[in-house]
Amino acid sequence: MNAFETLDFSYFPGCSLATTAAESNRSMMEAARILGLNLIELEDWNCCGSSSAQTMCKNLSLGMAARNLSLAPAGRPLVAMCPRCLHYLRSAQQCLKADPETRAALEEKWGRPIPTDLEIIHFMEVLVRYGLDRLKANARRSLKGLRFVPYYGCTLARPPRLAKEKYFQGEMENILTALGAEAVPDALMHRCCGSFLSATDPEIVTPLVQEIIGSAVAAKADCLVTACAMCQLNLEIRNTNGAKIPIFHFSEILALALGANDYERWFVRHLVDPRPLIQKLSEAA
Amino acid sequence: MSQVQPLIQDFVTPEMVEAPKPKPSLAAAVNERSGSGLNRCYQCGACANGCPFVQAMDYTPNQVIRLVQFGRRQEALTCKTIWVCVGCHTCSSQCPMGIDIAAVMDTLRLMAVEEGVVIGKPNIIDFHEEVLRSLEKYGRAHKLGIMLGYKRQTGRWLKDLDVGLKMLAKRKLDLIPSRVRDANQEIAGLFTCYWRESA
Repeated sequence: MNAFETLDFSYFPGCSLATTAAESNRSMMEAARILGLNLIELEDWNCCGSSSAQTMCKNLSLGMAARNLSLAPAGRPLVAMCPRCLHYLRSAQQCLKADPETRAALEEKWGRPIPTDLEIIHFMEVLVRYGLDRLKANARRSLKGLRFVPYYGCTLARPPRLAKEKYFQGEMENILTALGAEAVPDALMHRCCGSFLSATDPEIVTPLVQEIIGSAVAAKADCLVTACAMCQLNLEIRNTNGAKIPIFHFSEILALALGANDYERWFVRHLVDPRPLIQKLSEAA
Repeated sequence: MSQVQPLIQDFVTPEMVEAPKPKPSLAAAVNERSGSGLNRCYQCGACANGCPFVQAMDYTPNQVIRLVQFGRRQEALTCKTIWVCVGCHTCSSQCPMGIDIAAVMDTLRLMAVEEGVVIGKPNIIDFHEEVLRSLEKYGRAHKLGIMLGYKRQTGRWLKDLDVGLKMLAKRKLDLIPSRVRDANQEIAGLFTCYWRESA
């Protein structure tokens, strides 16, 4: 690792990774540390606005996301792991670029500039762009024999408003197969997990989640790896009577392969215990 | 000058005519706000076939577009469909005419809130309002508080209790909210929306 220079990034965790999905956050920080990627949490960040602000009031949604942009120091990219946060941060930036008046009003309100040229990227993009040789140099545990469904969910690739920006198709497969795992693409890897309907109308979400996991089981996958912490939660809590296989957040599998040792602490927070699968892997290795 | 008088005096064309501006049609208004290009819809139904949530909807997405095109304001703004849509964009990415259908739903939801119509799925707007209360107070979403507030609003305390308890046991629901330092100063000022007046 010493061969590589430490790279600095601003990091926006978002509400899910800061709380319900603390294990995804911990494992990502661990993976980043091993790779020499210094993720500096955005000082005093707030919620990106999420679907609720988007639904109730456009200005609120824009303001919430914009405040985070105003907190980002210049000169280093802003990294997010949550696909929705990434989406709202980027949309806000696009919106403020096109609307200098609103931007000026918000800048005056907070007394800070809002950079419109700030680069906002997903953690996976950071890995692909800066970390491929670091990944190879730091791989400690082989993922050989792990058959995973790369479950992107809906937000990472889809929003048409950001259609001209980078998208992330195939990045999860590229990274995890480089670490020895085997991607199982013939399952419902882009089907929506149900989002907030999981909280309001679980009876709508349960059959959908069962269909997604059923497709992974039918394709003989060992697990699903999600790009989003909310997907991970929904797939776990709403799979009530189908076959059960472990659902990992991408960062957990990544940190595991990089030799992180505190995985017990993440995995006890899962509803479907992934430890037998990890055990099987290490025995096979 | 001819001495011919107009047959009806009042019929003389005035220089300026004050005509009321025609109200833009519902379709034009929704199209403008959403930038979706909904006029291109030819009812192929690809959106309805792809939508993961279509079974919980009262109109399929293409039917909602038809309602908008026909100016059926009441039905379009009060239907369940616009609230069941979570914005996963499956429809938008499958539409052969490149219509951003999710943006249409987004716009109709905002219009429904602004116009104060009867909400097709009241429990979902209750949830969103509960999230916003949390955001206004803490600057971040406190999920336990949101779920408890939502249960209080809907009165369905027992529904889904097992999942809540499991999440508590797995320490996925923090008791103490994570918060922004000066939420009152910097965040609360953003909450000036119309929804508060009706709430």
